[in-house]
Amino acid sequence: MSQVHEGAAAPSGAHARGADGSRDLRLTGLTKEYATFTAVKSLDLVVPQGEFFALLGPSGCGKTTTLRMVAGLDTPTSGTIHLGDTEITFEKPYRRPVNTVFQNYALFPHLNIAKNVAFGLERRGIKNTRQQVADMLELVELTSQAHKKPTQMSGGQQQRVALARALINKPEVLLLDEPLGALDLKLRRGMQLELKRIQTEVGLTFVHVTHDQEEAMTMADTIAVMNQGVIEQMGAPSELYENPRTTFVANFLGQSNLIAGEIEGRDGDHVKVRVQGAVASVPGDRAHSDSGKGWLGIRPEKVLIAEAGTPIDAPGDVITGGYVTDVSFVGVSTQYSVMMPWGQELTVFEQNTGARSMLPVGTKVDISWRPEFAFLLDASQDAKAGIEDD
Amino acid sequence: MTRARRWIGEHLVLGLGLLVLAYTFVPIAIVVLMSFNDSSTSRNVYKFQKFTWDNWLHPGSWADGMADSVWLSIRIALLATVVATALGTLAAFALVRHRFAGRSAANLIIFLPMASPEIVMGSSLLALFVSAGFGGQLGFWTILIAHIMFCLSFVIVTVKARLSGLNDNLEQAAMDLYATEAQTFWRVTFPLVLPGIVGAALLSFSLSFDDFIITNLNAGQEVTFPMFVYGANQRGVPMEVNVIGTAMFVISIAVVLGNEIVRRRQEKALAA
Ligand SMILES: Nc1ncnc2c1ncn2[C@@H]1O[C@H](COP(=O)(O)OP(=O)(O)O)[C@@H](O)[C@H]1O
Ligand SMILES: [Mg+2]
Repeated sequence: MSQVHEGAAAPSGAHARGADGSRDLRLTGLTKEYATFTAVKSLDLVVPQGEFFALLGPSGCGKTTTLRMVAGLDTPTSGTIHLGDTEITFEKPYRRPVNTVFQNYALFPHLNIAKNVAFGLERRGIKNTRQQVADMLELVELTSQAHKKPTQMSGGQQQRVALARALINKPEVLLLDEPLGALDLKLRRGMQLELKRIQTEVGLTFVHVTHDQEEAMTMADTIAVMNQGVIEQMGAPSELYENPRTTFVANFLGQSNLIAGEIEGRDGDHVKVRVQGAVASVPGDRAHSDSGKGWLGIRPEKVLIAEAGTPIDAPGDVITGGYVTDVSFVGVSTQYSVMMPWGQELTVFEQNTGARSMLPVGTKVDISWRPEFAFLLDASQDAKAGIEDD
Repeated sequence: MTRARRWIGEHLVLGLGLLVLAYTFVPIAIVVLMSFNDSSTSRNVYKFQKFTWDNWLHPGSWADGMADSVWLSIRIALLATVVATALGTLAAFALVRHRFAGRSAANLIIFLPMASPEIVMGSSLLALFVSAGFGGQLGFWTILIAHIMFCLSFVIVTVKARLSGLNDNLEQAAMDLYATEAQTFWRVTFPLVLPGIVGAALLSFSLSFDDFIITNLNAGQEVTFPMFVYGANQRGVPMEVNVIGTAMFVISIAVVLGNEIVRRRQEKALAA
């Protein structure tokens, strides 16, 4: 929707380009300490201009605090925030080309929807906001609601008003703090698609905070996984999923089987690890440790399963001696829990291709996986980190 | 039988509601009625003699001192309202928005004037004025000071309630949307607290206008309207008192209705 790009002057605040001409958002050593608690610990982060960036982490990990510092609503204890070459660490919130969609929307209850949306433009002295407001309301499909008060609208509508109110200012960076958290599942899925569409249309930098890993993966170009005030890992969704660097990421983003092993060392571009008597080799770029004890990780859907003694179509070692302890059928796939000889239960997802009927509980099975799908993590980490107890 | 019972069930709530309404409005209706009572032939104030407009049309013939007392009460109520609302609003902001030593003690002390008996407040104020050497100057200013004092706590409590109910995210949202501190206050904070301030002002006016006990103790030679009515009551209330009563009632209803009409019209204008 091209109207969105025309009209209002850009927000105040200098517009110096970065060395390479970009307006990336850069957080350097950003720290926020409260009296007894460090909410954000020396965060380093670059959000490339125009990206849909997700900050993903469990509740209380410091996501809101980070956003508030970028918006100027909290002052960092140390560290800097840059937009391109402009430092905005201590800039007043109303002088930053940054807008926020608040976790609870924070719509002005005494103003109608049109006035709420026009608020930012009017504060910057822009006259004749009518057309822009109309365009923006059309974008979020609320044209007919322009004269209602926020309290007369549903949660989903309020959320779209909050989005329109921020978006109309064409900020260089739009911060979204769990904007879909209050919506029910169906509405949330719809809004995810809509947000993504709008971001693609207007081409602004979005920093989207969420604790929902599925939401982050479907929407974001880049995800930063945050835990207890630090970024654990950052990258494209598929990259994080396929090659997690820490047990927290391995468990928080999807599920993982982590098997204790003894690392034997590098061998060319692979790392060899002894796991329950067998030796597995993990590609070097997926091995995040190369000595001592380690966790060998494999995603449940990468594990192949077959009744004991029947052939498995995989080039890796076949591990025998397991038996099925639990089966649940979820339509597209079947989820098995398999008790291994060393007393660990592994999770296996199998596509319901119809090639074979379900294996009942108690069936003796063999399992296997392609070595290139495994990853290797340092054993000093808690194997249960990031597992959500729900 | 069951039909009768159902009928009672359906009408009981309505009937009770009407009774409660009657309970509150009958005295007011009497006041309105009596303001049209021609009492020239008899001093029996409890009996309606004859309909007349005279009480309304000839304020000149009003009982001696009544007009003065009304005017005094209005002036004091207006001044006390303005001063108490302004000071009380500022105090409420300070109490809600700033952390300072003694804040919780201050929050408690505010309730004292509301909680302690008027007769105690009135006499201790009198003692204060006399011991401060104003014993000879009791009058307009001492009444005003006393009224501002008891109105203040009502204003602070009312505005504070409104202010603490305000989501401070709203102010941050305003700042995030390019509003400076001053714009945030005038565009967001103030409009949202305003209903509380207006309510506090209306409450102050009526508290001040009809206060008797504290006023009586600190009035010196001055006579406010409630004091006049009290005095006149010894001889039989003149019908003109009902005129003032009715006028006050009509004015308050008009204020409430006017407020509502303006609000509806604004909404309609916005919807247009
Ligand atoms: N004013 C404060 N004083 C002390 N601790 C705070 C304060 N604000 C937030 N915290 C703490 O900082 C941590 C991070 O909070 P927040 O950024 O809101 O987390 P998230 O948005 O990821 O759920 C939480 O553990 C919270 O309790
Ligand atoms: Mg949060």
